This record gives sequence, structure tokens and C-alpha cells, in this order.
Amino acid sequence: MPAATIKSRPIYPGLSLDGKARRHLIAAEGEGALAVLDVFADQPDAVARATLLYTPGGSAAQEHGAKLSALDFDGLHLMPTQPTLLTRLGVILQTATMGTRIYVAGVEGFIGKVIASAQTHGVDPQSVRAEHRGSLARRVQCVHCKGMTENVTATPFVCSHCGLNLFVRDHFSRRLGAFQGVCVDAEAPGELPAREELYL
Amino acid sequence: MTIQFKQETFRDDFTFSNSPEAIRRFPFPFDRDEYMYAVNIEQHMPGPAKSAFEFPIDIDEHYVAEMQDRALVLKEDPLRCQSLPHMITAEWDLLELLMESMAKNYPEHFTLTKDGDRWRWVNRPLGIDQSFTFGDVSTLPYPPMEYVTRQCQGDFCLLDQRLDNLWMDSGIVTTQADWSLDFDIGMNFMEWHAPVPLAHDLGVFERALKFLLNLQQGRPVRRLNWTMTINPRLDTSPENYHKWGKDRTTVTPENVGDKVHLRVELQALWRLPRSNAIVFSIRAYMIKMEELVTVPKWGRRLHRVLRGLKPELVEYKGLSRYHGMTVDWLSRHDDGAPTSPGFFPD
Repeated sequence: MPAATIKSRPIYPGLSLDGKARRHLIAAEGEGALAVLDVFADQPDAVARATLLYTPGGSAAQEHGAKLSALDFDGLHLMPTQPTLLTRLGVILQTATMGTRIYVAGVEGFIGKVIASAQTHGVDPQSVRAEHRGSLARRVQCVHCKGMTENVTATPFVCSHCGLNLFVRDHFSRRLGAFQGVCVDAEAPGELPAREELYL
Repeated sequence: MTIQFKQETFRDDFTFSNSPEAIRRFPFPFDRDEYMYAVNIEQHMPGPAKSAFEFPIDIDEHYVAEMQDRALVLKEDPLRCQSLPHMITAEWDLLELLMESMAKNYPEHFTLTKDGDRWRWVNRPLGIDQSFTFGDVSTLPYPPMEYVTRQCQGDFCLLDQRLDNLWMDSGIVTTQADWSLDFDIGMNFMEWHAPVPLAHDLGVFERALKFLLNLQQGRPVRRLNWTMTINPRLDTSPENYHKWGKDRTTVTPENVGDKVHLRVELQALWRLPRSNAIVFSIRAYMIKMEELVTVPKWGRRLHRVLRGLKPELVEYKGLSRYHGMTVDWLSRHDDGAPTSPGFFPD
């Protein structure tokens, strides 16, 4: 689990069933499937009122999708990628009704994107129940060009958009669902600290 | 007295400097010979005549040049000015606060006349004469916060208050000491202060937040903060750090007096009447070491403050590459004599 020492980084308390919800809307990625199974496997009543969107990400070989399919969710959308999942989620949120509880489980960048999508549909971000599962890889926004680089496991790294050498600052934006990347060799171009794999 | 506005630059050829009068009124931030974080908040009461605290909003000789620099920053990077949709009432509150204060205290430069909601704003230094309807955004060339802050020195953030916290949901930030509005917008008080070292453990932010949540209308408060900047560059943003960061490597023992600037932020906070939001203004003042030591007390004191600064703060404030050279240079202006208490020159 991510350390709670970064004051701007959210703490994800984990998934728990909201027994009062009229609908459950669940978005999961990769190992997040295991969090969904933990909560919903023995809850047939909840599953009958639930819509699940799942994309396997790097966990395709684990066949979590098959286990989720076996639970007989009222709505089930197995999506090939995060962007296609988020597009589908946006459409569902457009017609979601009062009493819908939103859940998200997976890597941190995915959690951030799902919560941001919910927020644009008027959902209080703090009402979304979230659980971090899988890689500690970070989603990082380059403060210079504003480009997002996904799955950053080491610092420093090269911005996938503008090519600057960035270090990952321990500063997190919920709105962007991303950490901040800042040029590491601005004062002495080419002088780079040793690369550390900190976020595996 | 009419202010003589200077023609000067904060980039490229860096012609910015302070007149002797501007040096005397510089808001020197150290009231003793050492520095550590504190909740150094005080009432934003009128200070001595001609000081930077004389009026709630301070306009000085750098006004016109600073507004030109802000326009350049916004042209290159519009993300420096952002506002979430629910902040529009607070934007109008801010426009009222700034226009009323500037017109009242600098009547020779600014005039505000009102006929109900039909207002007329005259800004003589910038050559602006604008009639508009208060509350109707279509009657101004920019949204209200951007309109008025393109005409007022200092960065401004508008903080929404809810859930016992303050949320940075709006702002114009073009003269910042290395923080990004675009990244921090939407964050709460604890979140946007996350990168600051030491202070969290001292409980500074909990106490400051508790204090600010109870801020009352008509009782603004202020505090001073400081850092150092190489060359009189206002736009020391993280967005442009890859362009200005190398300035820090250009300091030599010979040019410390000219290159190294003390950068002081006069931060003030006001409760707004309609929105219940809080204005957080961050006004930057810069002074090069050569100018600063013309006040002997300040030369002695800054030498002692920098010499004793904790390593974490040297690092956080970005002083590492030139801290030693600056302390050495200032030591020549410190004869060891005692300094008097308080900020002001002897």
C-alpha cells in the first residue's frame, strides 16, 4: 500500500459494501478484480443490483475476468483498455440515478481517472469507495508541458511528451489523479542522479 | 504623493532595481537574527506612512512594469489563471475589494464611480477607462478576477470554505516562488502545503487553518514569507523552471551583490462578503544584496539569518548552490554589532 506520508496523497480505505445503496457501480482494473471479489463474491443481492466495468490491464494472464463473470453481475462490461472502460463509465454515469454508490479498485492512476470522471458528473469525490491494488507505478504530470506519463516506476524518467528528464515530486493532485514531475537537471543539464526503481 | 512608475524588466536584460525610497520601504521579513517557521499571522492593520503596509493593497513604483510582465506570462501560458465555475461570486467580490481599495488610497491614479450596479473604473497609469455592470461578466473584456488582477500587483488565490477546510478553487499566479496553480487548483489547505518540509510536524498548518476558518469580514490578516531569487525574475514558476533553473549556477563571489535577491512575499487574507470565500494575496518584493546592505541593520541581520539556516530549508528554498557565497559576501557587511529588535531600519 502507498505510504501515507505524502500529505496531498489520498488514503484509499479499501472497498466495503454500502448496504443502503440502490445501485452499485464498480470500476476495476487488473488486480483490483481481487478486491471486487473480496467484497461482492458472497453478496448475491448486491450483485443483482450492480454494474461492473473491468479491464484486465497487466493481469490478463490471471483470468480475473472469468471469475468476475461467474458472479452474474446485473451488468458486466469487460473492456480491453482503461480508455475504453472510462468512455463506457462516462456513458453510464450520464444516466445514473440517486442512490448509486461508486466503487473503484486498481492501480492509483486508474483510481484517479475514475474519481475525476465521477466528479465531472456531480459526484462528491470523497463518496467514491476506492482500493489500491497492483503495481505502485505512478501516473505523473510533467509540470512543464502538462503531458501525462503512465506507469512510471522509476525516478528520474524521461517525459513521454516533451523529453525532459523529470524527477517525481511527492506531491499528488486528486483532480489530475497524478503526481508532479519536475525537470531534474535544469540547473546542470545532463547531470542526472542515479535512476531508482522506487514505484514497482 | 504621485508615484513615479519605472520602466523596467523582470526577464532577459533584467533592468529592475529599487529606488532609495523603495529600499527604505522594503518589507524586510526578519525581526530577529534567526529564522524558523512560525504562524506569524497578524492583523492587516495600516502600518507606518510610506511603508508597504500603509494601505491594504500596496501599489509602488514597479506597478506598470509588473503588469506588463504579467501580461507576457499569461500570453505564453493561459493556465496561470484558472477558476472553477462555482467561484464566480468570489471573483466579483475580489474585483470590488481591489477596486475600492486602490481608488480610495491612490485617488490620483485610480477612480471608481458607482451608479447602482453600473460602475466606471478609471486606471490612469495603464490608460484604462471601463464602464461595466457589476455582476454581468459580458460587460468586461475578461472574467472579473482576471480583469482586476491584470491591474493589481501580486498573485491572488480565492479559497472556498467547506467541510472545515479551505479549497484553492481559483487563482491568478504569475509571480510565484516555484509552485503551480495548475497542479494545485482544487486542493485543500493541507494538500497544497504538502511539499513544505518541517512545518507539518510543527503543527503550523493545523493552527493556521483553524485560525483562517474563523477569519472575519473586515478584519484581514497578513504574514511575511521569504525566499531568494537569482536575477530579479518575477516568474520563477515550476512551469518554466527548466528555463530559469540554470540562473542559479551563474552566481560568483564577484556578482553576489548584483545577482542574489531577497524575495519577500507579503501574504494577506480577506474574508469576502457575498461568497464567504477568502482572498489569499501573495505580493512579491525583491531586493538585491547591494541594495539591501545600504540599510546596515539588514545587512548584519540577513548575514546571521542565512548563516544559521537549517539545511532542510536551504534545500527547500533552492539556495544550495549559492548559499555559502552569499553568506561570505554578507559577512563583509556584518561587524558583529548588536541589531535592534523589529523589522524596520534604525
